[in-house]
Amino acid sequence: MSKSNFTRRGVLKTSALGAGALALPQYLRADGHAGFTNAPGDSEVVLGFNVPQTGPYADEGADELRAYELAVEHLNGGGDGGMLNTFSSKVLDGTGILGREVKYVTGDTQTKSDAARASARSMIEKDGAIMITGGSSSGVAVAVQALCQEAGVIFMAGLTHSNDTTGKDRKANGFRHFFNSYMTGAALAPVLAANYGTDRKAYHLTADYNWGYTTEEAIRASTEAVGWETVNTVKTPLTQTDFSSYIAPVLNSGADVLVLNHYGGNMVNSLTNAVQFGLKEAQANGQNFEIVVPLYSRLMARGAGENVKGIFGSTNWHWSLQDEGSQAFVRSFGTKYGFPPSQAAHTTYVQTLLYADAVTRAGSFAPCAVAEALEDYEFDGLGNGKTLYRGDDHQCFKDVLVVKGKENPTSEFDLLEVVEVTPVDQVMYSPDHPQMGGADASLGECNNGA
Amino acid sequence: MDQIIVQILNGLDKGSAYALIALGLTLIFGTLGVVNFAHGALFMMGAFCSVVLSRILSSSYKVVDESQTDFLGNPLQVDVFYVQDWFGDAAGATIMDWAVPLAILFSIPVMIFIGFAMERGLIKHFYKRPHADQILVTFGLAIVLGEVIKYYFGANPIQSPAPEALSGRVDFGQWLGYGPNTIIYPMWRLVYFFFSAAIIAGVFAFLQFTTFGMVVRAGMADRETVGLLGIDIDKRFTFMFGLAAAVAGMAGVMYAPIVSPTYTMGMDWLVLSFVVVVVGGMGSLPGAVLAGFMLGIIESFASMPAVVDLLPGINQIIIYLVAIVILLTRPRGLMGRKGVMED
Repeated sequence: MSKSNFTRRGVLKTSALGAGALALPQYLRADGHAGFTNAPGDSEVVLGFNVPQTGPYADEGADELRAYELAVEHLNGGGDGGMLNTFSSKVLDGTGILGREVKYVTGDTQTKSDAARASARSMIEKDGAIMITGGSSSGVAVAVQALCQEAGVIFMAGLTHSNDTTGKDRKANGFRHFFNSYMTGAALAPVLAANYGTDRKAYHLTADYNWGYTTEEAIRASTEAVGWETVNTVKTPLTQTDFSSYIAPVLNSGADVLVLNHYGGNMVNSLTNAVQFGLKEAQANGQNFEIVVPLYSRLMARGAGENVKGIFGSTNWHWSLQDEGSQAFVRSFGTKYGFPPSQAAHTTYVQTLLYADAVTRAGSFAPCAVAEALEDYEFDGLGNGKTLYRGDDHQCFKDVLVVKGKENPTSEFDLLEVVEVTPVDQVMYSPDHPQMGGADASLGECNNGA
Repeated sequence: MDQIIVQILNGLDKGSAYALIALGLTLIFGTLGVVNFAHGALFMMGAFCSVVLSRILSSSYKVVDESQTDFLGNPLQVDVFYVQDWFGDAAGATIMDWAVPLAILFSIPVMIFIGFAMERGLIKHFYKRPHADQILVTFGLAIVLGEVIKYYFGANPIQSPAPEALSGRVDFGQWLGYGPNTIIYPMWRLVYFFFSAAIIAGVFAFLQFTTFGMVVRAGMADRETVGLLGIDIDKRFTFMFGLAAAVAGMAGVMYAPIVSPTYTMGMDWLVLSFVVVVVGGMGSLPGAVLAGFMLGIIESFASMPAVVDLLPGINQIIIYLVAIVILLTRPRGLMGRKGVMED
């Protein structure tokens, strides 16, 4: 008679324990011994690109994804190297990151905070992504940044312009290369004063969400500082498509400037409606009526067509810049895809290189080591001149571009012209600036995760 | 007072679109008994008819211009438009400029075909199913159509301007005895209003004064009896589906210069249009038109800064508030008929 050590109860217990272990999120088990979430193996490292692949910003998302693929190609030694050749740091040598081949997974933010968090969580827990990057909305950036902080991975923000991302909602694990509303105001106001004078009365139409509020606040503060008066501020629903009810009262409001704190489809439609109502040709207070669009995107400008001509705004980067880094990136991207990159593509490409560079300089993938390498790091050659990743709030400080809709474009991409490169000193602010959350704003503690 | 007049004009303009979409919805519901949640998608596809025709008319071939360079420093490839090659520069430019009005002619057969295909291919299988099933399947269809458009045209809005000759402004105030530049209104929006009025009048005249229309109205009142008279009412109702699709499509074409077409525009209009239909009274064509204009005007007034300052957020809920009040006081809507959706 044989006697087995296996009992029914024992098998059940073992199975239950095994199933439990398998069900654990990967970042709580795999390489937990390394002391940080999703420590990579010896051969490859996985990055998570979380971009809007569906929804209203899907075109920006597609451009971001192209840039990420290009960055991965360059990091792994493919293509012409792009900005690796112009980057002031020379530690990246085309052998991946710390000798590991760079792989990536993608998620769809849908430009919805919940969906973006779910896709980021999936990439961290199921795919083992060690860094999350991307997004084309401040609401999404703030939400995903908070998730990455909890999970103990680095978040390299994509296109997010709200002050809050590195202001009141800043996090120790989150980093932003893109500029913000405050910088737009600081760069734009002097140009507006020089072109339109200081005796102006502004009427703001503002998208009714976080980014709209911080942009309105920044533009108001900076234009009032140069002598402008704010006549009225009106919030418009994010879902609004026909702005006629909001535009019609503007001309008889006593204002002579309309500021459209709108982005994306909102901007295209509100600007189109404003032009249809004749605001561009109108006179008010004895002066030409003017329209201002604080944040421009080339992809959006194309949607607004001829209406953008002559209208001032700001942008993080533009493909027509003549510095070595920008030219290298435009050449790589243009050769691969057949058209010039957008500012969304630029910032995401740069963020990927900066992350890889920081890991290499730190000699570790541990998020806190990477964060330390990024903090107060100064670099050049990535398209915006000398740039500082400030340690106090993890915001990049660099020159800001003031642009204007081009009067005589030569192609469908040639819609904006750079009218001024505002020096970084002019857009600098203290980390406890009231628009940035004041003295209460804090990065908190860096989190290495598991 | 001038602001009130402007908001009435805005309301009539917005109401025109509501009325046209609601008219089509009511036609389909009244004839086929189908609650068509894909009707907003037909409006969106109409708007994209203008984009498609504009692209067809702007078809071009490339010619290398050695004197200019592209963004990569290569010789610039300049577009030469076929219409300008064929008809000369001025005539070609005029044809391209008038793409939106020409798209009305283009959209009618396209939208009738899409309507037929939708009805014969999918919706006819749901005639005898509960309204919940019809809503689910047509809502799904709306999502599919939106995604198809996004796949081919991208997610960003696409500019579709009105012809230069109709892009100006009208000094409406002077017509009413005000001083110059008191009430300036975009000419295209006035064109849209009169166009909508003509389409609405045309649909009513068709139903009222033609034999075909008479049979359709009889079928709407008593489908079974009309069938017993030997009339193939199903065929005529299918035609009405096509007609409703064409009305929605034309509304979309003409709206394209006002709001740049994007794949989401069908969903933006759908829910509001259903509210319009319910407020007007299910199955009532005059009710749909009346409610469309009424709710358009109320919404415009609710969006005035003075009103929003007084009641923040009112602009986003006013239509629903009005709908609640009307349905509480007149449960069948403004002009609803007894027995419709009451079984």
